[in-house]
Amino acid sequence: MKIYALAMSSVAVIALASGLAVIPAAAAKMDVTVGMQLEPPNLDPTGGAAAAIDEVVYANVFEGLTRFGPDGAVLPDLAQSWEISEDGLVYIFKLQSGVTFHDGSTFDAEDVKFSLDRARADESTNAQKALFAGIASVDVVDPMTVKVTLSKPNGSFLFNMAWGDAIMVAPETAADNATNPVGTGPFRFSEWVKGDHVDLVRNPNYWGAAVSLDKVTFKFISDPTAAFAAMMAGDLDAYPNFPAPENLTQFEADPRFQVLIGSTEGETILAMNNKKPPLDNIKVREAISHAIDRQAIIDGAMFGYGTPIGTHFAPHNPAYVDLTAQSAFDPDKSRALLADAGVKDLTLSLKLPPPSYARRGGEIIAAQLRDIGITTEITNVEWAQWLSDVFKAKNFDLTVISHTEPLDINIYARDDYYFQYADPDFKAIMAELDNSTDPARRTELLQAAQKKIADDYVNVYLFELAKAGVADAKLKGLWLNSPTQATDMTGVHWEE
Amino acid sequence: MTAYLLGRFVSLALSLVAASLVIFLVLEIVPGDPASFMMGINADPQAIAALRSQLGLDEPIHLRYLGWVAGLLHGDFGMSYTYRVPVADLIAERVVISLPLTLYALALSTIIAFPAGIIAAARRNSATDVAVMGATQIGVAIPNFWFAMLLVLVFSINLRIFSAGGFPGWEAGFLPAMKALTLPAVALALPQASILARVMRSSLLDTLHEDFMRSARAKGLTRSQALWRHALRNALIPVLTIVGLQFSFLLAGGIIIENVFYLPGLGRLVFQGITQRDLIVVRSVVIVLVFAVIAVTFLVDVAYAIADPRLRRHGR
Repeated sequence: MKIYALAMSSVAVIALASGLAVIPAAAAKMDVTVGMQLEPPNLDPTGGAAAAIDEVVYANVFEGLTRFGPDGAVLPDLAQSWEISEDGLVYIFKLQSGVTFHDGSTFDAEDVKFSLDRARADESTNAQKALFAGIASVDVVDPMTVKVTLSKPNGSFLFNMAWGDAIMVAPETAADNATNPVGTGPFRFSEWVKGDHVDLVRNPNYWGAAVSLDKVTFKFISDPTAAFAAMMAGDLDAYPNFPAPENLTQFEADPRFQVLIGSTEGETILAMNNKKPPLDNIKVREAISHAIDRQAIIDGAMFGYGTPIGTHFAPHNPAYVDLTAQSAFDPDKSRALLADAGVKDLTLSLKLPPPSYARRGGEIIAAQLRDIGITTEITNVEWAQWLSDVFKAKNFDLTVISHTEPLDINIYARDDYYFQYADPDFKAIMAELDNSTDPARRTELLQAAQKKIADDYVNVYLFELAKAGVADAKLKGLWLNSPTQATDMTGVHWEE
Repeated sequence: MTAYLLGRFVSLALSLVAASLVIFLVLEIVPGDPASFMMGINADPQAIAALRSQLGLDEPIHLRYLGWVAGLLHGDFGMSYTYRVPVADLIAERVVISLPLTLYALALSTIIAFPAGIIAAARRNSATDVAVMGATQIGVAIPNFWFAMLLVLVFSINLRIFSAGGFPGWEAGFLPAMKALTLPAVALALPQASILARVMRSSLLDTLHEDFMRSARAKGLTRSQALWRHALRNALIPVLTIVGLQFSFLLAGGIIIENVFYLPGLGRLVFQGITQRDLIVVRSVVIVLVFAVIAVTFLVDVAYAIADPRLRRHGR
């Protein structure tokens, strides 16, 4: 009887509250609410590495000289066209005319000079400062023309300028972009309720093709169960990087939704500490590589979403070489290699950061290594701890991590990078790549680099992270793939 | 009474000083550098160093502690490393959700628990009593996050009466805001109400056996008159203690429910601050919560004195 009373009272409370709900008038929908797992710490892509920053503002609020298209191609953006000198050192950019910042000020060559000089200055806190390292000078030719001189030819320069870290900012507003971003894009920043959402609204003075949405809301829902509930309840229209692959089949079965499976730039690897014995022995690294069954990890940890890779390169890139056979799953070979190397009773530490690819994948890797006689000690670490312990102090044997920057094979040329691969031949390939502008030669070099790190078994290359998104079936124009971390809303519209 | 309150007040201040020192030191020991966290794994070491000095992380530890405490004393909590806005603003934005949610849940819990506990005690061993005890046993056993998910499943996904979470902000109006807080408040209130009802019942049963109750009945009061006039007031002290504890628990401990309903409350602010190593936010929120808990304990002490005149006379 009391249970009944209790139930009745809660029903009464709920009925009371729901009776007061405002029912919205039916009208053509002009806004979109997008779910994101992490909240951006701030909204300035030139002052931090968090992917969530670009996922809100890239292409929506801020634009650069060039930009990435949905397929990863580098397209003109605020630079309408460019000329490159014969020696590859001088770039003359012709700017779009009639471009204004959201505060009303005009965008011109002075702003380009300011943005690039700010990013490469000594006191710059740009996380991707290396993108600007080759710039020797930036000169204003006339208000619509900028001349960028490089210290040496750089075949990736236009690619580098498309990154979110290279967007154009205005001198008057740059310092406040973290909390009040002012760019040139088709959407203006409207409000940010910390911990809940960011609102962007249409920029009526946009220089380019007008967007069809009046408003975009990015809502931050980190818990996978809550994200599922929010999609199901209709609170969200899209969730471009859905955190729970196990729920995707449920969305696929529901005609209200569409599931978007695409590729990303995230090479997920089992990184090895190349300087720490016995991992400094290539035979041990090769043995570990052959012990790993990639498909089992993709099926077990990612519910089948992901593409196996055999080197640190995105499979959808035209220059990709499929080297998976070179480190094919072969536990007998692994045992033979270990015996050959004279390694017995090996125990290795395996440090796992929070994402599910690492935590779930790590368990499977541990089981596969146990099968060839390697014991792993798994430690789950927070991101900050991973950065200080693994990345900085290099206090690890193995770790699982996804490298999500586009075309980032050059990290293998870095001295003192966390997996500690220092190879002069590889560095020579990268140095030549930097200096080449000929596309055919660049492809050759990129392929040589891919083979080199596969031959040296630097890391175990597991799979390319898939982009698994969920959206309302009537929402069109979302990116399928993720060539850079962005949620480009410029082409998004509701189907009539 | 004054001496009693003064004593309570001094212990409040000492607790705060001790807490500030412990919080600061613990967060210094935690591994992880806020600047390298913000810049990620592809960052230029020079840029990380520039950011460290911009954030003031290169100053010696004792100066940073003193700077923090000095700021706290005149209400300046410092600037968040990651959000780049004053911590005080962040806390203020979150308190307007966490505090109403806590009060809402506490009100629901009290409204359910008091009548249930009183009726069960008054009709001890009756069917009603057994039913209340059974229901509250279930209420205590059910984890609130699981109950929250059930609520979402029923009222958001199937019935579509409530949204699955989020908070529209108070500027959207009082009723939409309260509506957004309803499911979380119900989820938080159920286990608390169960505990409170059980405490209410047993406390009331204890007093019903006191001599003064027999005297009250002997002078001609009916059972229920005696209960309302004499037993209830005497039974309130342990109940108040529990209410005070529940307030602190709900204010700081709503984090799981905040995650289930993605409410931007204080609990989630602390959680985000910890994962992003935004240590200045973490220590400031924690000290605010410590202050809230201590202040509530103080208020409960005052409430004791009101409920029980003996405390007023003797001091304690």
